[in-house]
Amino acid sequence: MSKSVKIRKGLNIKLKGEADKVLVNAEVPSTVAIKPPDFHGLVPKMVLKEGAEVKAGTTIFYDKYNDKIKFVSPVSGEIAEIVRGAKRRIMEVKIVADKETKYEAFSAGDPNSMSREQVIEHLLNAGLWPSVIMRPLAVIANPEDKPKAIFVSGFDSSPLAIDYDFVVHGKDSTLQVGFDALKKLTDGKVNLTLRSGQSHDQALTNLKGVDINSIGGPHPAGNVGIQIHHIDRLAKGEIIWTLNLQDVLTIGRYFESGKYDATRVVALTGSEVKKPQYYRTVIGASIEKIVENNIEGDNNRFISGNVLTGDHISPNGYLGYYHHQITVIPEGDEPQFFLTKGWLSPGFHKLSASRAYPSWLMPNKKYRLDTNANGEDRAFVMTGQYEKVLPMDIYPVHLLKSIITNDIEGMENLGIYEIAPEDLALCEFVCTSKTDVQQIVREGLTVVKEECM
Amino acid sequence: MKGLHNFLDKKIKPSFVTKEGEPKKLYWVYDALETFAFTPGHTTKGGTHIKDGIDLKRTMMMVILALIPCLLFGIFNVGHQHYLATGLVDPDASWGTEFWGKFGYGSMIVLPIVIVSYAVGLGVEFIFCIINKHPIQEGFLVSGMLIPLVMPPDVPLWMVAVGTVFAVLIVKEVFGGTGMNILNVALTARAFLFFAYPKALSGEVWISGNSDKFVEGYTGATGLGHAASTVDLNASLEKATAAGKTEEIASLKTQIAGAMDNVPSMMDSFWGLEPGCVGETSVLMILIGAGLLIFTGIGSWIIMSSMVIGGLAMGLIFDAFAVNPYMEGVEPLQHIMLGGFMFGAVFMATDPVTAASTTVGKIWYGFFCGFFAIMIRVFNPAYPEGVMMAILFMNVMAPMIDHYVIQRNVNRRLKLSKA
Repeated sequence: MSKSVKIRKGLNIKLKGEADKVLVNAEVPSTVAIKPPDFHGLVPKMVLKEGAEVKAGTTIFYDKYNDKIKFVSPVSGEIAEIVRGAKRRIMEVKIVADKETKYEAFSAGDPNSMSREQVIEHLLNAGLWPSVIMRPLAVIANPEDKPKAIFVSGFDSSPLAIDYDFVVHGKDSTLQVGFDALKKLTDGKVNLTLRSGQSHDQALTNLKGVDINSIGGPHPAGNVGIQIHHIDRLAKGEIIWTLNLQDVLTIGRYFESGKYDATRVVALTGSEVKKPQYYRTVIGASIEKIVENNIEGDNNRFISGNVLTGDHISPNGYLGYYHHQITVIPEGDEPQFFLTKGWLSPGFHKLSASRAYPSWLMPNKKYRLDTNANGEDRAFVMTGQYEKVLPMDIYPVHLLKSIITNDIEGMENLGIYEIAPEDLALCEFVCTSKTDVQQIVREGLTVVKEECM
Repeated sequence: MKGLHNFLDKKIKPSFVTKEGEPKKLYWVYDALETFAFTPGHTTKGGTHIKDGIDLKRTMMMVILALIPCLLFGIFNVGHQHYLATGLVDPDASWGTEFWGKFGYGSMIVLPIVIVSYAVGLGVEFIFCIINKHPIQEGFLVSGMLIPLVMPPDVPLWMVAVGTVFAVLIVKEVFGGTGMNILNVALTARAFLFFAYPKALSGEVWISGNSDKFVEGYTGATGLGHAASTVDLNASLEKATAAGKTEEIASLKTQIAGAMDNVPSMMDSFWGLEPGCVGETSVLMILIGAGLLIFTGIGSWIIMSSMVIGGLAMGLIFDAFAVNPYMEGVEPLQHIMLGGFMFGAVFMATDPVTAASTTVGKIWYGFFCGFFAIMIRVFNPAYPEGVMMAILFMNVMAPMIDHYVIQRNVNRRLKLSKA
């Protein structure tokens, strides 16, 4: 049965620079990159060398510990450079794209007539598998596992996020094919969760064979981890797979056409963008052409993803594999004098979840926030702060402390299997002590992955 | 202000770092002053790219702001009590008579305590940070204000210094500094002095000035002191009754009645014009501070209200049994308005570092703080101020309370995996 959930805890961060509902075809990017660090815990094993010709869908590297999981090129062209970091870790595989994309030919078909194994085989070979994420751990799913359910979030509640209703509009049949494929992957339910109290595009509401749940409340209501917690909570030993809605669309396109079509709609957002709007581009595209001549000022931070969970990239960097928006906000590297802008100022320019700054007076104001940390790192002092923005039956500070002290039993008991870094991103935002919550959570997940899974 | 920052960066900072940019010995002192004036231009690295405006400095500032009404009223009240005790004003004159004289006298008594507390406490912190090479954290900004407010006005300044050194050194820095302490720093300073120099924290210290000059009949004891004295008197009364000494019985009865008469009425406690520690007397001023703390979300309303409920509960129990004049004569509501109960509930028990950290834990923690405070007060006349003991005791118990609350969460999770 479909469920309807209402959460109270959380926080909507209202920022300037929401994307207008205008979809522009971005110029074909001259270069595209696949970044292995996007995939947590992955050790890539290269198949191709620099200079090799690729088509869209050609395998570039695979997972060293599971050679079935392949990572493919989103465009056709030539591998220009393999960028390595410390200890020769592969950071980026850059591909110079052709003007006209050539595709690897796969033998697609109707997923409804395939077995579970065949569908998985297709997803693995076409390089679509990395979009299947498993909970616990929030890493790429193991195709050997049998998930108890599959969850897809029908909306993104994070700041300036893309509007999925806009993205899937008119793609009814493709989306249905994508979900048909997902249905084959689990004996349990395929859940799609929409925001309650709002009308949704018929491409979502008319889906068949899918349990459509609704959830209401502030961010992180749109996070799939929160939805799982309230709709089909994960117990130790259970596994749930999750996908992003756009990736379901990509899977649908694959089964319809037999091509790995890496097209992705991204929103260019943020207070420093002159004309925030939607762009149609590809996974891993260089953002250079998209942001060109569209940015105010020159001291900005370019983020692949949203302001809470995204990655800091350069103005000619690349869109992350799991990212659906580009955000540009001002850097805040100016010191703030304590009486005019700092900790003793009235602070009308600052946003705070506490009432220590007057932002509570203006609940609908949209802020132009910069990247200043607004304070220094401190030990945990305040209590009850994280709990107000985490709609889960979890004690976040105690969980973080068990991770910091490497207490594996404590992590398991306190619920590390139920969370992903993104679910606690708001805790990191509101933290008085400026604790790196998401980084700590990821470290904890890495430890339990190595020790317990 | 850019100019000032550039000046600091180019002219002052280089003398605190070596040529390689390594911090020299006194660097952290410079760092503390620089970050006081300028929130650093540190930007977020990884994780969230934007951060909430709040930081520990702002948080501590809000608590100090909440303490200001208590401080100002305390200053006035110290003068007011002195004027009354020494007969400088007519006891029946309105409280506003000689307002500035009282305020001036109070400032002369209270401000030195505040200055000593801050100077000594920050001094210890700075030395510790220089030795340990870590940045100075803001915890003492609040402790430094709380310590003077829980001192009797007549406390010798050197004692304030000794108590502060003990509290900062043994209670806080030894455990790892701000955020790591088990016991409330300001309360431990007071507890230390209470046990180390009992004479200086009891008897006639509650009114500033030489007690020889006090007008006749002015004992200078707090309301709690008066109430507590009845417990001993009552014990003597029982003995006398058993022995059948009629004269002694009559005299003891008048003494008890006299002592109970001296316990301030609820209205007096509410306004706070009574002897006591500097900042604790006025319930009204404390409630103003509580309002600010609750409104900004910095102080936990759960702890405050559950502590009040705990105090009322114990008061009701005593009222029901009423086996001695103390239990009989003091109403539950009067109990929580006397002495440092409200000050403790609003500013001491709510210290997030030493209180319980879970919501359910806060309810139990607050309740028992109040419950034990009244219990200690009435059962043990040697400690008329049971609030301090109760809160320190519950500080120690807080992690245990949290443990059981969290264990329930863990059990729910384990049950899920078995089902």
